[in-house]
Amino acid sequence: MTETALPGKKPFRWHIGVFLAPAVIIYSAIMILPLFATLNMALFNLTPEGVTTFVGLANFQTLFGDPRWADAFWNALANNTWFFLIHMLVQNPIGVLLAALLSSPKLRMAAFYRTAIFIPTILSFVIVGFVWKLILSPIWGIAPGLLDAVGLRWLYAPWLGQEASALTTLALVSVWQFVGIPMMLIYAALLTIPDEILEAAEMDGITGAKQFWKIKLPLILPSIGIISILTFVGNFNAFDLIYVSQGALAGPNFATDILGTFLYRTFFGFQLQLGDPHMGATIATAMFGIILVGVCIYLFTIQTRLRRYQF
Amino acid sequence: MSKTRSSLGRTVAAHAVLGLYTVIALFPVFIVVINSFKSRKAIFGDPLAIPTPETFDLVGYTTVLAQGDFFLYFQNSLVVTVASLFFVLLFGAMAAFALSEYRFRGNTLMGLYLAIGIMIPIRLGTVAILDLMVASGLVNTLTALVLVYTAQGLPLAVFILSEFMRGISDDLKNAGRIDGLSEYRIFFTLVLPLVRPAMATVAVFSMIPIWNDLWFPLILAPSEATKTVTLGSQVFIGQFVTNWNAVLAALSLAILPVLVLYLIFSRQLIRGITAGAVK
Repeated sequence: MTETALPGKKPFRWHIGVFLAPAVIIYSAIMILPLFATLNMALFNLTPEGVTTFVGLANFQTLFGDPRWADAFWNALANNTWFFLIHMLVQNPIGVLLAALLSSPKLRMAAFYRTAIFIPTILSFVIVGFVWKLILSPIWGIAPGLLDAVGLRWLYAPWLGQEASALTTLALVSVWQFVGIPMMLIYAALLTIPDEILEAAEMDGITGAKQFWKIKLPLILPSIGIISILTFVGNFNAFDLIYVSQGALAGPNFATDILGTFLYRTFFGFQLQLGDPHMGATIATAMFGIILVGVCIYLFTIQTRLRRYQF
Repeated sequence: MSKTRSSLGRTVAAHAVLGLYTVIALFPVFIVVINSFKSRKAIFGDPLAIPTPETFDLVGYTTVLAQGDFFLYFQNSLVVTVASLFFVLLFGAMAAFALSEYRFRGNTLMGLYLAIGIMIPIRLGTVAILDLMVASGLVNTLTALVLVYTAQGLPLAVFILSEFMRGISDDLKNAGRIDGLSEYRIFFTLVLPLVRPAMATVAVFSMIPIWNDLWFPLILAPSEATKTVTLGSQVFIGQFVTNWNAVLAALSLAILPVLVLYLIFSRQLIRGITAGAVK
């Protein structure tokens, strides 16, 4: 009685709903609901008579236990992990190094370098996959020719065609393409460090590389954390580069098969393999779980610890 | 004295590393573009050479432009990208404003709900999205792609823009309220112009995956009339796999528009980054 009678009580604020509605409706209808519909499909399967029945977690038992599925799944997961590790160990350190160099004061042509290094990131996978296939192929001979010119011809091998090196080669191509993203984000983070902190460091005689390690790096750790989780999600969702350069069969002999290509083959079928939406949904759910675990580890351990460094 | 010398050395080293990496980044693009202007014999004979009057040949471009609907593909990609970006920025900014400006029950929860999409890829729901588009008769329309990309871009847009909007001073908005502006006017005339640098950042990071996507055009809109450039150039490579002139010309043409779009936006992006730094 007292509350409703107060003249200062705000009326229902319709504008909040108006501001939120378009985004929430489109996002829920096109993204969240289909996602749950797909996860739901993983709990069903077709009986031999072609009737959809609820099977609980039986699809997951098949995926993790049945040798016909499990071998392919664990192979894809192991390849995917290796793909991710190469990005973490090669792409992100290079990105930080480039950003650190770009942000050095009074560097000329910084805008040019930044744009040039970011260009591979804006190219489509179709272009990237094809270009590198051409460059690395023994037929056209750019890679062997270039190695020949510096006397390293013996190093050349058809890297994309060999089981031992194909996955690593593709991971490095992907690093080449995406190094611009950590570079841009770290560059932006380095620019936001207040000048007073850097001036204080210079007063104390901390300059150059020492300044980077002692002052700047701790301050950009939150950005590095975000880049790591973006790399994780992006890599465990990767598909296009492998698809356009090695095809849906992820050759040679599944050496480059990652979860994305495995999911594609299972969902839509390929050559002699028939599409199986329910096993496909099961793989999608497994990927969902992997990504979710990674994100949770990040949110609950890494990010809460990094908070302390923020200013 | 020694201090200036060491800083000069550092500058030279920085230029050396950045220059070297620039060469690595641009080399493959450079190879494709120069060879697209050469005759077939020169492509194989000397792939690293710059086209000379003897080896210069536009046969690849004439083949591609005569046989394919490249202009239609460009137009489709442009329509889809621009429309999706418009909706991502408008709806994203509106939702970000609601989340950052007002305290209401469920605010944090709504923020979390919208943020889930940053981490969970929309592709995992593809089969259900296809069912939805079939049911609503949107398969093989550009509308289907615009809807999917808008949904895909919204979470990041809301996240980045609401961070920025929290930084806008309340005094300005309250002054507007005292002057009798409605909440809508405050949003469109006071807040939106102030977050323009952040909008440019969101635009660049949303545009690239939309323009380059192969997955959804392949599944939702593969018809000849709705093909995007990415899907179209994929088909070209398949068709002309023995016609190297045409393949290289098609690849060069596919690089061009996204490069132009990026250069248009990147000036805004740089302004956005520096504006963030000054603040």
